[in-house]
Amino acid sequence: MTLGVIVEFIINTLSLGSLYALISLGLVFVFGIMQLVNFAYGEYIMVSAYVLYGLGVFTDLPWPLVFLAAVLTGAIIGFVSEVVAFRPFRGRSLDALLVTSFALSVILQDTVQLSISPRSKAPPFPDFFNQNVTLFGIVTPLRSYLMIGTTVLLLVGLSLLMRGTVLGIAMRGASENFTTARLMGVPANLVISTAFVISGLLAGIVAIFWTARSGAVEPLMGSAPLLVGFIAVVIGGMHSLVGAVVGGFAYAAVANVLSLTLPTSLLSFRDAFMFVIVIMFLVLRPEGLIRGSYAEERVG
Amino acid sequence: MSEPVLDVRDIHVAYGAVKALDGVSLHVLEGELVSLCGVNGAGKSTVLKAIAGVLKPVSGQILLAGQQIAGKVPEQVHRLGVSLVPEGREIFPSLTVAENLRIAAFGTYKAARFAADLEDVFGLFPILKERYRQPGGLLSGGEQQMLAIARGLMSHPTLLMLDEPSLGLSPNMVDSIFELIENLKGRGMTILLVEQNAERALQLADRAYLLSTGRLAFGGRPEEMGDLVDIASVYLGTHGEGSKP
Ligand SMILES: Nc1ncnc2c1ncn2[C@@H]1O[C@H](COP(=O)(O)OP(=O)(O)OP(=O)(O)O)[C@@H](O)[C@H]1O
Ligand SMILES: [Mg+2]
Repeated sequence: MTLGVIVEFIINTLSLGSLYALISLGLVFVFGIMQLVNFAYGEYIMVSAYVLYGLGVFTDLPWPLVFLAAVLTGAIIGFVSEVVAFRPFRGRSLDALLVTSFALSVILQDTVQLSISPRSKAPPFPDFFNQNVTLFGIVTPLRSYLMIGTTVLLLVGLSLLMRGTVLGIAMRGASENFTTARLMGVPANLVISTAFVISGLLAGIVAIFWTARSGAVEPLMGSAPLLVGFIAVVIGGMHSLVGAVVGGFAYAAVANVLSLTLPTSLLSFRDAFMFVIVIMFLVLRPEGLIRGSYAEERVG
Repeated sequence: MSEPVLDVRDIHVAYGAVKALDGVSLHVLEGELVSLCGVNGAGKSTVLKAIAGVLKPVSGQILLAGQQIAGKVPEQVHRLGVSLVPEGREIFPSLTVAENLRIAAFGTYKAARFAADLEDVFGLFPILKERYRQPGGLLSGGEQQMLAIARGLMSHPTLLMLDEPSLGLSPNMVDSIFELIENLKGRGMTILLVEQNAERALQLADRAYLLSTGRLAFGGRPEEMGDLVDIASVYLGTHGEGSKP
């Protein structure tokens, strides 16, 4: 293996891993607080991607504003879906919340399908996004480095929020023991809303980079990143934010290793190999790479 | 007589179809230490959880300084001045001692007061100062109980409820917990204490209640408890028609 291959592998894994880490973080933020796997998370990404497409094609807004609008859309849809769809069912069973998230997912898909089009559309991106740059002798689109940089900033920001602010400390406490946090005066609604807003914000950012890679938006596009999130979370562990990040990068690393090492004839089975690895994780280490400390307690 | 800090009137509480409290009334006056006794499963924790807002009573009233709090959520009840130090301590294990204490002041935080409150808590529990930057999960059982009580004090409660604070601790540690409770009482704190160690709790208490399978079997002066009720029968769970097999 040449040095070039190694460097290329590292850059690819860092940029793909960054994307996957953000995807799984968005899932785990809500799961950590509510023990809820939010199936509508993929649709947060999809709706944000459509905002990107709509504003990019039909308006002359400058790029930073288009991106900002897409990200804010994610945050708003996260917030609104919590208040409107999830909050009324919160005191009920976890099953009720799961069904709600399924329903929300389908409703959002159908709404976009009927009101816009079931066919895929190509959102425009600024030229610099897909421009190739050569670094360490490796040619990569600039967005790969933007992805890495954005993720580093977000991880630093989120860890400052979670460790350095009272709200963050309260959220970590609530994800370990929700009832006890409330007994100390931490409002349930505040903590849960914040988790959904952060989840939606991450979905909005993911939408930008996911769409830049795929080049298309379509109503059912949310299922692919959702699946990525599931796999990353199984690898890394559902019970900590660090686990989600580790899982995202580990998933990207394994996927890239498979791409490099599988013979061409087997390359189309890469995802099948990936699932075998996931199943092995579920059997051998169901808690994932990173063990969380909080109990399997659900929000009542 | 002044208005009670806490006045619980005929509350009924159920876990789904399982009735846990079948008409319980009790009150706590300002500065009093009231002890709530009963065997395992009698419903002691259920009473505290209903007061704290974790459980919603099916019927009945809970008045805090005259204000109805039955049906309020825990964060609201906490803001109104009730601290529950829960059974089993319920420390946030991955949060540091510092963070555990900071959360405890979440709803009532005042920057001007926080440092002094911390000093106060360190005065009561010097070990917490030593362990300030360590995760709560690494503390010993006794240290965790101290942290749990310290958390309960951070919000300057008008009513402090302790649920089995001596459970599972070494004899030495049990001694220091009871010493501490006495100390808090000496400061004029209003306390509702649930203890398995009824003998020691009754020594400290101004008044006592005895719960038996979801009903009150006794309420009055601690020293009368032995005279009026056959404690042994209650503790064996055979008291009254309310007891179920
Ligand atoms: N979450 C629950 N679901 C169903 N029943 C419960 C639940 N919690 C308690 N119970 C029942 O309610 C009754 C009272 O329980 P509670 O915990 O209040 O008793 P306790 O007096 O605190 O006992 P202990 O001394 O063991 O702490 C018991 O019969 C118990 O089995
Ligand atoms: Mg109990």
